[in-house]
Amino acid sequence: MNTLNLSCYLVAAILIILALRGLSSPVTSRRGNYFGMLGMAIAIITTFVMNQAFVFWLIGVAIILGGLIGLIVAKKVHMTKMPELVALMHSFVGLAAMLIAFASIFNLSNEHSTTQRVELFLGSFIGAITFTASLVAFGKLSGKFASKTIIFKGQHLLNLVIFVAMLIFGMIFFVYESHVAFILMNCCALILGITLIVPIGGADMPVVVSMLNSYSGWAAAGIGFTLNNSVLIIAGACVGSSGAILSYIMCKSMNRSIVSVLLGGFGSEVVQDDLGAEKKSHKTGSAADVAYLMSSSDNIIIIPGYGLAVARAQHALQELTHKLIEKNINVRYAIHPVAGRMPGHMNVLLAEADVPYDQVFEMDDINNDFSETDLVFVIGANDVINPAAKKPGSAIFGMPILEAQKAKTIIINKRTMGVGYAGLDNELFYDDKTMMFLGDAKVCVEDLIKAIDDL
Amino acid sequence: MEEILTVQNITIFVLAVFVGFHVVWNVTPALHTPLMSVTNAISGIVIVGAILQVVEIDGNIFSLSSILGTISIFFASINIFGGFMVTQRMLDMFKKKSK
Repeated sequence: MNTLNLSCYLVAAILIILALRGLSSPVTSRRGNYFGMLGMAIAIITTFVMNQAFVFWLIGVAIILGGLIGLIVAKKVHMTKMPELVALMHSFVGLAAMLIAFASIFNLSNEHSTTQRVELFLGSFIGAITFTASLVAFGKLSGKFASKTIIFKGQHLLNLVIFVAMLIFGMIFFVYESHVAFILMNCCALILGITLIVPIGGADMPVVVSMLNSYSGWAAAGIGFTLNNSVLIIAGACVGSSGAILSYIMCKSMNRSIVSVLLGGFGSEVVQDDLGAEKKSHKTGSAADVAYLMSSSDNIIIIPGYGLAVARAQHALQELTHKLIEKNINVRYAIHPVAGRMPGHMNVLLAEADVPYDQVFEMDDINNDFSETDLVFVIGANDVINPAAKKPGSAIFGMPILEAQKAKTIIINKRTMGVGYAGLDNELFYDDKTMMFLGDAKVCVEDLIKAIDDL
Repeated sequence: MEEILTVQNITIFVLAVFVGFHVVWNVTPALHTPLMSVTNAISGIVIVGAILQVVEIDGNIFSLSSILGTISIFFASINIFGGFMVTQRMLDMFKKKSK
């Protein structure tokens, strides 16, 4: 590596940081993305000219094949499927990091110093855990296997045993540079990735996805240490801290500690509150009732949840909003940080449906406005408006919620009267000012549009 | 020399974590999903490490190292191209209605 290489790597690293910086606003974000692409291109080209005996055709074939697949997937993927795609991509980074560590170990022309052995150990085991853990997360998100929490006796003990075994094999590798120990160490890490994620259930998936985002960054940085490559270290560190911040934000929005998420089991305990036994009454309304209430309001806040995305109702909802705005009604969207299956997921779904981003508000920015709002339309959301979060002893106590209960009228669209992800009943459903509008979100919203036209 | 290099690497790493921390805190929550997909693309930077493994050793092209390296390049490329592309797609959605 010469001075020119290092300088180019510095430029690439700066461009990558600018790519993240661009995301501070939708206006600058696209320029940021171009910076990122440019940075990546510079990093790759700089590596190519490093005057080694590269087998260029082999490298080229791999890049073209991978690139084509990547482009096709990126073009075709549905926005509702973004969490799956992101999880799958995390697993690719993990796999690549692990394989690079192996390649470096088996490269007989390289001698590994003691520090390098530690770095190889770190890079490959984080990579291996990221790989299998992300695959499990992908499977859970895409419904390939049960997303519910799976708990068995002694799971923490099992994880501990595997972890200790991994460390022991790592030490043996460190002392003797034994390839067998290195392979066994990685096997332990691969298994650990599975056993760590399997117990974590549906509602916690946004945290898991963010956490694996972080791991994939640390794995890249670890490989950077082994290869003494600055751009890898910088990019990996940025990605790692990004994922860590997202995990923190997600945990805070659910009032869960990262430790309790990792230990798993949320949403599995069947909470039997004593009120569950008695039959509570709720009001239901037809599309015509809801249309009348909506058109006689001045202020409406819409609270979308994942049910909206599942029913693919976001386009119909945007049409409805459009009609209401034409009637001079002030319509805004309120987004809870954990709405959807990954951080910011709901914003993307609304953006896809052409909802202007200045109509979309984050929880902290809109929560004070609910008391002056005529009507709140909740569609496919449940736990994020559950007032039980304010009651000590509730499973979701302390979770910040959207204060829908303060509005004058509340209309809740759900498929059935069933409970949400946290397995909790919602007293808001039985409130006097609440009207339940039951049915599939898309069908309901379409009926609503017709009803408003007929008014 | 070896120790100095490691300490330098740690210096770079720690500073980069700080930079990443400050930059990412400023990302607007509305763009957290694009943030994740772009970091997917960025972590594809491991491709640099993978390329370094695909070298001819004593006239031998297909060593275990070069094969493992090639597989890594393949997966990292999916991330780089797919990640930047899907990010662009999402950001374009946020653009359309900024008028």
